[in-house]
Amino acid sequence: MSGTPLLSLAIWVPILAGFVVLATGSDRNAPLARMLSLIGAVAGLLVTIPLYTGFDMRTPAMQFVELATWIPRFNVNYHLGVDGISMPFVILNSFITVTVVLAGWQVIDNKVAQYNAGFLIMSGLLNGIFSALDGVLFYVFFEASLIPLYLIIGIWGGPNRVYAAFKFFLFTLFGSLLFLLALLYLFINSGGSFAILDWHQLPIGMSAQTWLFLAFLVAFAVKVPMWPVHTWLPDAHVEAPTGGSIVLAAIALKLGAYGFLRFSLPIAPDASHELSGLVIALSLIAIIYIGFVALVQEDMKKLVAYSSIAHMGFVTLGFFMFSAMGIEGALVQMISHGFVSGAMFFAIGVMYDRAHSRQIADYGGVVNTMPKFAAFFMLFAMANAGLPATSGFVGEFMVILAAVDYNFWVAFAAASTMIVGAAYTLWMYKRVVFGAVANHHVADLTDINAREFLVFVLFAIGALGMGLYPQPFTEVMHSSVNELLRHVALSKIQ
Amino acid sequence: MEMQKLYLLVPVAPLVGAIIAGLFCRVIPRWVAHTVTIAGVAIACIASYVIFRDVMAGNTYNGPVYQWLTSGDYHFEVGFLIDQLTVTMMLVVTSVSLMVHIYTIGYMQDDPGYNRFFSYISLFTFSMLMLVMSNNFMQLFFGWEAVGLVSYLLIGFWYTRPTAIFANLKAFLVNRVGDFGFILGIGLVLAHFGTLDYAAVFAKAPELAADTRLALFGEGEGVALMTAICILLFIGAMGKSAQVPLHVWLPDSMEGPTPISALIHAATMVTAGIFMVARMSPLFELSDTALSFVIIIGSITALFMGFLGIIQNDIKRVVAYSTLSQLGYMTVALGASAYSVAIFHLMTHAFFKALLFLAAGSVIIGMHHDQDIRNMGGLRKYMPITWITSLIGSLALIGTPFFAGFYSKDSIIEAVALSHIPGAGFAYFAVMAGVFVTAFYSFRMYFLVFHGAERFGLAAPHHEDHAAHSKAEKHAEPDGSHADQDHHADDAHDEHPHGLAPGEKPHETPWVVTLPLIMLAIPSVIIGYIGIGPMLFGNFFKDAIVVDAEAHPVMTELATHFHGAFAMATHALTTPVFWLAFTGVALSWFFYMKRPDIPEAIKARSGWLYSLLENKYYFDKFNEVFFAAGARLLGRGLWKGGDAGLIDGIIVNGSARFVGWFATVVRLFQTGHIYHYAFTMIIGVFVLMTLWVTRA
Repeated sequence: MSGTPLLSLAIWVPILAGFVVLATGSDRNAPLARMLSLIGAVAGLLVTIPLYTGFDMRTPAMQFVELATWIPRFNVNYHLGVDGISMPFVILNSFITVTVVLAGWQVIDNKVAQYNAGFLIMSGLLNGIFSALDGVLFYVFFEASLIPLYLIIGIWGGPNRVYAAFKFFLFTLFGSLLFLLALLYLFINSGGSFAILDWHQLPIGMSAQTWLFLAFLVAFAVKVPMWPVHTWLPDAHVEAPTGGSIVLAAIALKLGAYGFLRFSLPIAPDASHELSGLVIALSLIAIIYIGFVALVQEDMKKLVAYSSIAHMGFVTLGFFMFSAMGIEGALVQMISHGFVSGAMFFAIGVMYDRAHSRQIADYGGVVNTMPKFAAFFMLFAMANAGLPATSGFVGEFMVILAAVDYNFWVAFAAASTMIVGAAYTLWMYKRVVFGAVANHHVADLTDINAREFLVFVLFAIGALGMGLYPQPFTEVMHSSVNELLRHVALSKIQ
Repeated sequence: MEMQKLYLLVPVAPLVGAIIAGLFCRVIPRWVAHTVTIAGVAIACIASYVIFRDVMAGNTYNGPVYQWLTSGDYHFEVGFLIDQLTVTMMLVVTSVSLMVHIYTIGYMQDDPGYNRFFSYISLFTFSMLMLVMSNNFMQLFFGWEAVGLVSYLLIGFWYTRPTAIFANLKAFLVNRVGDFGFILGIGLVLAHFGTLDYAAVFAKAPELAADTRLALFGEGEGVALMTAICILLFIGAMGKSAQVPLHVWLPDSMEGPTPISALIHAATMVTAGIFMVARMSPLFELSDTALSFVIIIGSITALFMGFLGIIQNDIKRVVAYSTLSQLGYMTVALGASAYSVAIFHLMTHAFFKALLFLAAGSVIIGMHHDQDIRNMGGLRKYMPITWITSLIGSLALIGTPFFAGFYSKDSIIEAVALSHIPGAGFAYFAVMAGVFVTAFYSFRMYFLVFHGAERFGLAAPHHEDHAAHSKAEKHAEPDGSHADQDHHADDAHDEHPHGLAPGEKPHETPWVVTLPLIMLAIPSVIIGYIGIGPMLFGNFFKDAIVVDAEAHPVMTELATHFHGAFAMATHALTTPVFWLAFTGVALSWFFYMKRPDIPEAIKARSGWLYSLLENKYYFDKFNEVFFAAGARLLGRGLWKGGDAGLIDGIIVNGSARFVGWFATVVRLFQTGHIYHYAFTMIIGVFVLMTLWVTRA
């Protein structure tokens, strides 16, 4: 098994499958395109399983490493590898792709092949981001992954999709340009290396570190997104088709957070310590401010989008307290958010497919006509509110506990999500699901079919499994997180 | 090894029942649902009894089941601590739960959500057992939130009722306010002790308490660590055990079906906070400030919630306010360092309050779901078993000598009298006054329901509560004409129509309802007499409850006054406590049986006082205006002002507009007329030449 280029497979199997699906052409072959997409997505998931089973938990070093020369003139390499921080996201991403293909099964009937191919190609590119160890390779994947998502929103999106797609694209592009400058600076200063791991060892003065940190911060903050560069996310979600929202929430938001761990902390550790107060302040604003904004949303997708921003606030908060539990809690929160927000967006999509509305006011009493749906939706609403035994609890619990150790009042502010998070999620649930049948649209709803049931079950296994037994998720992280912390504690100023 | 499997069996058996009844609730017949869940709880109950015997033989246990999570230097486990306190709770929880399961067969027989209901109450039993059997704070928090979840699901069980789904959201959110404090308390424990394991934390507590202070409020000497931890944990207890000001959810929780009002909102879940503080006695003993806080909150709850019971007319709400008041008594006992007394009252209360609730439910069935006590009267003729068992429950509640409630409540009062903690003086006044109030409202209800003239079966009940209720119902079905009639047939589980038809008489309920009443009436009479000696003074709890006898000698002093259960009861006849209760009963008889005009006159005269009570001290109004509306206002302000106005309006779209404006201005020069360009060019050449010439 050791000789198999698993990471290359994780990247190229879905991309290849995407092109095969694209080749089926017009919608006359839609059933074939769907079947091929599902096969491609499942194959893409299967090739990532050995990454977990064959993972060596004892070492913080990169594993499954592949190295090949790409552009020798600039010393750019096709360099892949994962550690305990990135490996779970490769699997999560491949898992989410399966759910996305299933989620769009009957719902997308326009340009089916192109839609599914977009997701498969994006899945490969996202895996590339999580496993790239070369700066240029990372950047190429990072930027290329924008294109499918941009197209998915722009083509299969809602009425205001063009504004949303542009806003999404420009926001993230703006961040990326600064990121590119930072990469070039590091390339020059490291004497011509694009290897990210070399950059980790590079001594850098304080002011250069600060500039690098700020460039990274802008790039990643837009992706996470952090307050105040978050306003593209609700618009993008509202216009995106269900599958687009699932990937956006479950995976795309994790890229920025991952960037903090792969670039900001190890490359600019002194600046990270120096400016941690800024990031923590922005994180707390995200948790509290965005929580209240989520409370008054009238559109369900916007509500869940805002709640995503608040949950991602826990991630950035966890990172910048520089404790093992904080970082692992943040990583757990990232994975959990993949399951929970993915499921929430899927649930909203299920209702939208039937009643063609996302407005809370258009619903009421859905439980009367869709009891099975209501049960699943309750599970994920509770997970979103951080109820123990669901994955949503584990990350919040760890980050809050780590925060008490860091500073009581930071924990106090962060823990307010216990109340506000429950309020916005359950108030929405109450208005949408509970009550008597509100109107004839609700009366005409039909309960979920076998396919939708399956998607919910997949998400539920993730959310409940991780809530009841998080140990398998965190034990793979320990070595890498401890090594990261050890590294970040050392000054790079000489 | 043998016993460890048995420990695991206790929570797992109800869980399996809940899963079977829950996952397959739409396919399995009713008898399967109630058989599997009752079997699960019965197994748990029998196993608890076996474990009880084993613990009495001296075999306690503390160990992990599985490693839940490790992170950094911290380990989180799921594990059991089986000691005297745990088995007491296990027995109370499983036996009351078993009675409620049986009772539910009768109470819910016409409800389409029958299987779902059984699934929920078994899931509750599982969660509560996980809570009490935990050996660490993490699992405690898991159980804590899980019982909250089931409570949420059950309060909103009749999910088409607007009042029910309002009440369950309110209950969940108010509990979350408590949990907010609770998790911060847990965080402080982990930060300072490095573990969440009870035994390790308790062992290290005295040493850390001595000199650890937290600089929470800037400079100064800071707050003692133990005070901070205990008060934060107690805030959690205030949510779950409904102490002022987090009590507001409990009266509304009566929207749920009566069996769960008995099980969750009287006997078990609401006592989780009391249990938790008793479990944490090694920590609370280290902070007099926290104990003072506890005793003051408890005494406010005990007295002021009792007053509200006097003016309620809904049979369940009277019992609910009585529960609030009794939870206050337990909290007072905790504050007085009389933890064992609090647990003792918790136990007796669980039996007699579950009995009172189930009896109330029996009355409600007999009255065809009319809950207004003003429409009852004289029911003793028609419902003899319900009548006698209610009388037993009420006598136990008001502390009649020899009944269960007497021993526990009298011990609380004695303990408070002996306590020297700041606030104990006020607490003593509150619990004494509370005795009279309890007796008065309990027997007001009892007389109005079971004695006097028969007021039921009168055509078209014309009282405000009912009118409000029907209005709410209409609100629930805003366009009944549009809605599918089939769905309405489905919704028939809503308890309608209310009340007895003219001329109709109430009937005694079937045996599945009356058997649990009888089964609960027995401990309501005897358990105090049996239990007081060993539980309070017989070193029953051993190391499970820790009291610093030097600093808080209440229990040792109490023991010197105790000369056996019989002597205690006979002696009580000469104490003011007994006569206060007696006066309460007598006065309620005089007011409601002899001279009903007097309470009416009082009500008419005391306008502001009555409206203060009628509005429950305006807690709900304040919360609605300040917190609920305030949060929405803040959210809207941040959304419209911050996100849409400042960030998107000025910065994002503003920069786009700026680019657009700049382009518009520049565009003015691009007219497309050749002579404009030629003219501009000539001017340019002229300027350049001028510059060149002048420079030269």
